[in-house]
Amino acid sequence: MAGAACALYASRAGLDVTVVDRGPVAGGTTGAGEGNLLVSDKEPGPELELALLSGRLWAELAAEPGLGAAFEYEPKGGIVVASTPEGLTALADFAAGQRAAGVEAVSVGPGQLRELEPYLTPDTAGGVLYPQDAQVMPTLAAAHLLRASGARLLTGWNVIDVPRGADGAVRGVRTDRGEIHAPTVVNAAGTWGGEIAALAGARLPVLPRRGFVLVTEPLPRRVRHKVYAADYVADVASDSAALQTSPVVEGTAAGPVLIGASRERVGFDRSFSLPAVRALAAGATRLFPFLEDVRAMRTYLGFRPYMPDHLPAIGPDPRVPGLVHACGHEGAGIGLATGTGQLIAQVLSGKVPELDLAPFRPDRFAPAEEDA
Amino acid sequence: MTAERPHLAVIGAGPAGLAATLAAARHGVRVTLVDSAPEAGGQFYRQPARELGARRPEALHHEWRTWERLRDGLRTHQQQGTVTHLTDHHVWLVEQHSGGFTVHALLGPEQTEPAEVRADAVLLATGGYEKVLPFPGWTLPGVVTAGGAQAMLKATLSVSGRTAVVAGTGPLLLPVATGLAAAGVRVAALVESADPRDFVRRSRALSAQPAKLAEGARYAAQLARHRVRTLIHHIVVEAHGTDRLEAVTVAALDGAGHVRPGTGRRIACDTLAVGHGMLPHTDLAQGLGCRIDGVAVHVDDEQRTDVPGVWAAGEATGIGGAALSLAEGHIAGRSIAARLRGVEPEPHGWAGAARARTGLRRFFATLDEIYAPPAHWAEQITDDTVVCRCEEVTGGAIREAVTGLGAGDQRTVKLLTRAGMGWCQGRMCGSAVAGLIGCPETAARRPFARPVPLGVLARAGETPAPEAEG
Ligand SMILES: Cc1cc2nc3c(=O)[nH]c(=O)nc-3n(C[C@H](O)[C@H](O)[C@H](O)COP(=O)(O)OP(=O)(O)OC[C@H]3O[C@@H](n4cnc5c(N)ncnc54)[C@H](O)[C@@H]3O)c2cc1C
Ligand SMILES: Cc1cc2nc3c(=O)[nH]c(=O)nc-3n(C[C@H](O)[C@H](O)[C@H](O)COP(=O)(O)OP(=O)(O)OC[C@H]3O[C@@H](n4cnc5c(N)ncnc54)[C@H](O)[C@@H]3O)c2cc1C
Repeated sequence: MAGAACALYASRAGLDVTVVDRGPVAGGTTGAGEGNLLVSDKEPGPELELALLSGRLWAELAAEPGLGAAFEYEPKGGIVVASTPEGLTALADFAAGQRAAGVEAVSVGPGQLRELEPYLTPDTAGGVLYPQDAQVMPTLAAAHLLRASGARLLTGWNVIDVPRGADGAVRGVRTDRGEIHAPTVVNAAGTWGGEIAALAGARLPVLPRRGFVLVTEPLPRRVRHKVYAADYVADVASDSAALQTSPVVEGTAAGPVLIGASRERVGFDRSFSLPAVRALAAGATRLFPFLEDVRAMRTYLGFRPYMPDHLPAIGPDPRVPGLVHACGHEGAGIGLATGTGQLIAQVLSGKVPELDLAPFRPDRFAPAEEDA
Repeated sequence: MTAERPHLAVIGAGPAGLAATLAAARHGVRVTLVDSAPEAGGQFYRQPARELGARRPEALHHEWRTWERLRDGLRTHQQQGTVTHLTDHHVWLVEQHSGGFTVHALLGPEQTEPAEVRADAVLLATGGYEKVLPFPGWTLPGVVTAGGAQAMLKATLSVSGRTAVVAGTGPLLLPVATGLAAAGVRVAALVESADPRDFVRRSRALSAQPAKLAEGARYAAQLARHRVRTLIHHIVVEAHGTDRLEAVTVAALDGAGHVRPGTGRRIACDTLAVGHGMLPHTDLAQGLGCRIDGVAVHVDDEQRTDVPGVWAAGEATGIGGAALSLAEGHIAGRSIAARLRGVEPEPHGWAGAARARTGLRRFFATLDEIYAPPAHWAEQITDDTVVCRCEEVTGGAIREAVTGLGAGDQRTVKLLTRAGMGWCQGRMCGSAVAGLIGCPETAARRPFARPVPLGVLARAGETPAPEAEG
């Protein structure tokens, strides 16, 4: 997704772009996650600013002829639910901070919640409505942004080296099917971004954080917004390696309800985990009791590209001239893709990026910090 | 607790599962046999032999006696309390944990009530499912799978007066055609796409299994007796009809596997049974993290998967008929019995079964080469042919995902078009999608072997585990 967005905005800025991927389109984490474009789960700071910028850009793209429908853009809004009065107080404080940073956040009482979501459990203390939360279908979004970019697309090409010239600057990439020359290489390799950086001689600590998603049988629309429990916000910012789950429940255009996602740091372990999936089911049925009798059709997993401080690496690598990073977006790489692409395009065409890139600097990690 | 027998859960009560159950129970293991069907027997003993046998006892062939032996053995062990047979149990997941394994099932036919079985080891003997490749008109009522035709025979005892065509490829078409004919259906043609020259080329490999050849000859003789016309190296290019099937067009293939122009002919029929072979059930194995080779569960000489405590036998490990499933099941049962008692098994104890296994595997590998779908079958799929029936995805949409959007494998096509996302989770269309893309077929990841209610999932495994022993 990140690569597709970079290709789109860079092409539109007049650059000649080639996209190289060892797999098919969306064969990495993009095809293994969900497409929530969330501002609701982000605390004030650089990530929220990027999310707000990205949200505006997603809406603009969706308004282009055919594009919004093609990637199933739905500005449906999110609802965060608190089950206890204490939870509600914490949520209200969190929302107040977000409001000050430019987020629309509307407090709603328990009665009003049931009007917004008729099938929601009556056992809530209240919640907050976030109208800016939206949704896309990630694989379709990546494929259609790539197509709209007009960039040359080389799928099935594995990058095995990032050669550098005598001056230390990158000269392009070497793949198993030949060399591609370019003065600039954008590393949008997601969870594998650390490997590409290493090929160019730079260290970038991108780690995998596993997540499971549950998909139900198709249903008539009963879940109208993205609905999740307030404890989700705490999980996202967590450093813990242990399993944490907090169900975001949402209906999709095609009918199935998606429930996701769990968060665990277990390396690239692809094996099924009943505890993780069981917790998703339990959380979802707590929020929406009618889901008890609804069947889960399938479950899938992906590995979020996770950086020690939960911020992506965006921008030029001062250690390697010509190497630019656009990876490490963890659980928000779909939502943050458009802003990332725009910022990268601005950097590449010599403009001043519209957000300060300092917090996203790729060389911000001292070696010791990574193992904290 | 050394006095207590170790406990094995066998999933699947077909030839493989039954053979394993009896072998393990005879050697000191307590077995729980779990199957979704209402009776033991699996695909084979449940299907044609039984139906024919019920009405024409003289038609019983030697497999019937094997089945009687297995059934009686099962009954005896059940009476002795060494084997428990759980029918109507649909297993949706096998979970591994520190105390061993938990088999998670849903009780049929509604599949809403959960049931759990804890065991020290598991054998996956889940068999296979039918593979069908699409062609224009294949979604018309009246077009059924080869197995569906058997079910039809079973449900309606009188199916006479109907006219059927049996088409596709593979050894299963023979028993299906003879079964239909014996039940009084007029079989207008048996349409097999395999190239007869391939049989000749591989005649040596085939003649190494005289019993199997005799079985084929028996079926051929029955076909002749019922005057069933056999069209070799032909395929069905289209099924016709408005509300339901009225006729099919069949055509000859050329040496390269393309349809030979001008050879099409129409055959009137109200039933078309199609089959293109079988594919192993690998869902439960994948949920456990077992290695999959291509489309089948990988096993070693003892039928062990690469996950300790998990064995697999029968068609889950590769398609090869009932006799091979029996041999593999027997070996698995013996290996499990030894290993659960902590002793190294002695393979010479199952030397006969191992010999049969080697020969039959070789034989079926040869058959696989002969009965591969024609090289260019995907050419028959027009852009408006529905390929994924659950989500109504057409051949054109799949081609567009590949050429226009950069899809290169089954998974990306699924994500871009929804092909394979519906109720059957791609069991029906997976092969067809792979063929259209031109990529090798792989076993899709389906951690849930059955759809599971979220309420059941949320509480799965909640019953506290008994203290782990040892
Ligand atoms: C379960 C789950 C749920 C999620 N839900 C959401 C959500 O709701 N909203 C959201 O915004 N985000 C979500 N995410 C996160 C999101 O999916 C990721 O942040 C995002 O997909 C990352 O995109 P990317 O383009 O950076 O990486 P990827 O999609 O992984 O793309 C990287 C590409 O690089 C290629 N590559 C790697 N190495 C090489 C090489 N050597 N040569 C050539 N190519 C190479 C890979 O093949 C891959 O295609 C979720 C993630 C998971 C796992
Ligand atoms: C129409 C037809 C005709 C055939 N004719 C012949 C013939 O003439 N000669 C020959 O050698 N072979 C024939 N076969 C093939 C033969 O049936 C198989 O080779 C044999 O049955 C395979 O045995 P198995 O034990 O491996 O699997 P199966 O017999 O398929 O048994 C698997 C069992 O596992 C159960 N199961 C699967 N998944 C689950 C789950 N998740 N939960 C619970 N239970 C589950 C199934 O209900 C089934 O009972 C025929 C098959 C068909 C369909």
